[in-house]
Amino acid sequence: MTDYEMVIGLEVHCELSTASKIFCSCSTKFGGAPNTHVCEVCSGMPGTLPTLNRQVVEFAVKAGLALNCDITRKNKFDRKNYFYPDLPKAYQISQLYYPICRNGHVDIKTSAGMKSIGIHEIHMEEDAGKLVHDPLSGKTMVDFNRCGVPLIEIVSEPDFRSAEEVTAYLEKLRDTLQYLGVSDCKMQEGSMRADVNLSVRPRGQKEFGTRTEMKNIASLKAIARAIEYECERQIDVIEAGDKVVQETRRWDDEKEYTYAMRSKEDAQDYKYFPDPDLMPIEISEEYIEKVRSEIPELADAKRTRYVEELGLPEYDADIITGSTTLVKVFETTCEICGAPKDASNWVMTDLLKLCNDSHITPEDISFRFESLGEIIKMVNDGKINRKTGREVFARVFADNVDPAQYVEENGLAQVSDLSAIEPAIKEVLANNEKAVSEYLAGAEKNFQFLIGQSMRSLKGKADPQAVRSALQKLLDEMR
Amino acid sequence: MTGEEILKMTAAELGRKIKTGELSSEQVTAAYIDAIKAEDGKYNSYITVCDDAAAQAKEIDEKIRSGELTGPLAGVPIAVKDNICTKGILTTCASRMLSNFVPPYDATVVKKLKDAGMVILGKTNMDEFAMGSTTETSYFGPTVNPCGTNKVPGGSSGGSAASVAADLAPISLGSDTGGSIRQPASFCGVTGLKPTYGTVSRYGLVAFASSLDQIGPIGKSAEDCALLYDIICGEDTKDQSSVSYDGVNVENVTGFDVSGKKIGIPEEYFGEGIDEDVKARVMEAVKSFEAKGAVVETFKMPIMEYAIPTYYIIACAEACSNLSRYDGVKYGYRPEGVDNLMDLYIKSRSEGFGMEVKRRIMLGNFVLSSGYYDAYYNKALQAKALIKKAFDEAFEKYDVVIGPVAPTTALTAGESLSDPLKMYLGDICTVLINIVGIPAVSVPCGNDKNGMPVGMQIIGKHYDEETILGFAANYQRG
Repeated sequence: MTDYEMVIGLEVHCELSTASKIFCSCSTKFGGAPNTHVCEVCSGMPGTLPTLNRQVVEFAVKAGLALNCDITRKNKFDRKNYFYPDLPKAYQISQLYYPICRNGHVDIKTSAGMKSIGIHEIHMEEDAGKLVHDPLSGKTMVDFNRCGVPLIEIVSEPDFRSAEEVTAYLEKLRDTLQYLGVSDCKMQEGSMRADVNLSVRPRGQKEFGTRTEMKNIASLKAIARAIEYECERQIDVIEAGDKVVQETRRWDDEKEYTYAMRSKEDAQDYKYFPDPDLMPIEISEEYIEKVRSEIPELADAKRTRYVEELGLPEYDADIITGSTTLVKVFETTCEICGAPKDASNWVMTDLLKLCNDSHITPEDISFRFESLGEIIKMVNDGKINRKTGREVFARVFADNVDPAQYVEENGLAQVSDLSAIEPAIKEVLANNEKAVSEYLAGAEKNFQFLIGQSMRSLKGKADPQAVRSALQKLLDEMR
Repeated sequence: MTGEEILKMTAAELGRKIKTGELSSEQVTAAYIDAIKAEDGKYNSYITVCDDAAAQAKEIDEKIRSGELTGPLAGVPIAVKDNICTKGILTTCASRMLSNFVPPYDATVVKKLKDAGMVILGKTNMDEFAMGSTTETSYFGPTVNPCGTNKVPGGSSGGSAASVAADLAPISLGSDTGGSIRQPASFCGVTGLKPTYGTVSRYGLVAFASSLDQIGPIGKSAEDCALLYDIICGEDTKDQSSVSYDGVNVENVTGFDVSGKKIGIPEEYFGEGIDEDVKARVMEAVKSFEAKGAVVETFKMPIMEYAIPTYYIIACAEACSNLSRYDGVKYGYRPEGVDNLMDLYIKSRSEGFGMEVKRRIMLGNFVLSSGYYDAYYNKALQAKALIKKAFDEAFEKYDVVIGPVAPTTALTAGESLSDPLKMYLGDICTVLINIVGIPAVSVPCGNDKNGMPVGMQIIGKHYDEETILGFAANYQRG
């Protein structure tokens, strides 16, 4: 049997996290009641005109620079004309002729090593609304809230040869855009959506095979499954002596198969032309340099720094840099407690466990980030012990309590001064005469027992080191 | 003062008399509303008359008395073309498609009129979606030319021009995409200004061809046009094609001296297909400037040959996209008994649009479709660049360029609907100006042998409204 390889190119749409829409001042907030983030402009009323939100340009340039692209100096918007009820103007304002970024690349890590994936272009455009089908009435309603939310479409070169590479690329894109703060890239909310163009060819053949396009797949796992399935399907078609048809297919993630939506013959003619309502946007060298200077440390650089400078295990560094929220928690914690390794231990064990137990992702945590550092500092200063610290953190995680205040109010501070510890130990010694005499007679193991009794009598709040030395001193005096 | 005397006054005169308290806005508005009720049955120049005009006038009178409103046209009534959005007032574009559309917002120019204390009398008839030059394609029936009742008033701002000519409005707003202010002004014997592209906000003007559309004034004199233009112009953050612009100095306009100014006469504007009477009247007007010391020179503008195809390709391409939003989903006409989405689209658009609009939508779709884009749209953009260059060169030599507004005087009603190509050719003198984006004013300069008005077109440099309005005012001063 012929050995085939798959060839994949991706078109990734990301909603930009600007506060207002691309061509009007309506909010971009996700999840409002239908048609509440809508005005005469984004609902396409007769006579209205678009005015460009400059932050969209800034975010697109920032993304382009982070993805190693050339920035187009003279930008224009074009109209993509087609009819659909979720598109109120019946054209989408997009960029065809002069996309804002071109010729970039992204380096990804795969099991076979590093690989560079080319970025063909990034362009700016507006999102469409949403159709809501009501099965009860049989009616279809239109919600224009999402209409005019800014998007960038990142078009890759056909450089992928496996689902693994695709997944690694999407994770890298997501990390990068989140670090830049230009998109939250939540696939489940549709703020990051990928279209997969896939073809197969006998390994070694130069020409591409006929491709199919799979649109709007909802998760990374589903994309990987869809790719494996579609690759097999195309190979089967070719092996059976048939030809792959150029078409758009939809992936059904429950039934795990793709089915044809429309073929190339039905492909629409979008009749693109420059939008006469929007003036060309000139981007200067100074502007590019200003945006470049605002790019924060990205995931790769951070990971290296965590390992090399802070001494974190690679595994920890990978996990923490995989989430911008964990990065924020970690860096805030380090700043307060001054102990990166402790900070990473607490994040990796306690925080992730708490997230796991309450079924939330780190992005959803709601406590004040400074709290964790304050707890670690109290532990390291001997103000509370590790166990108490863990309890306090659980309350911080659940109810966002103030750690210092909580320790104070609940009398959790560790007892380390001898005047408080000694009377308690003396009482323990008096109540355990047998254990004491055995110890004095040489049963060393009883020391541990007496420590345990003393700690219990101090309700666990005592500094174990202080208890140990006080006990030793009292026992020595009894010899 | 009698109602009749009020109706004969220019907007500037009315404004002055209202300011001194000799007249009130309420009085003036009542005279116009009465006249519209009595006379507009003959002309059909209005689609909607505002019920609240008297109430607007009353409120404005108080503000004038209290000193809050002091502008030159405060209290003066105005008619507004029905493709300019007015909050809470029907804005139909003379189309069945928008026959029930009430905008939830005011166009920027309408806001400016209100801020200046002008009373909106009503919304004027027009060619459907401003596509046409006769005001016969209106869903609400044709407008009749007050200068000759078997004649068309021109278009597309036929209602705005006819209302002023018939003394049913002292002044009005029109819009001009390829001559739609100038040509009806010429046919009805009134003055109309197509301003420099970008000086008047298009926000709230229902788009026909976005790169060509401009709102402008139609009035009884150049002074009136200057006063109204000064109110409506200026940069608007809601329209990115608008530019920072200070307007005109009306005193400079009314006191304009033409001596020493250079006038260019393009030969092609007086060539084949131009009516002899039209040529004669315009040349007489030019001679009158020469007599006052202006220097007149003829020159060649061969690029004019490409004016009509260039204009119709660009205008139709933009129009087909601009008019796509009328799909029966959100507002406007929606047919009964629709089964599915495709049906909704087809029936809404087939039944909602008239013949001429459909023709231009089809033309536009054709020139933009894949495989034809380069042959038509891109070629048109190249021609546009050449036309611009020709005018740039002309304005290196001349202060103004003068020619006729239209090849003929007003056509007989019903004549051109059957021959759209003939109608398109009638735009030969006006469309170039929109392609280049420069200003031009249409000034009445006598009548043809049948007594129908002839219009002279005075064309100026970008942002040089003061000079062309100055020429017009100078001519009207005699």
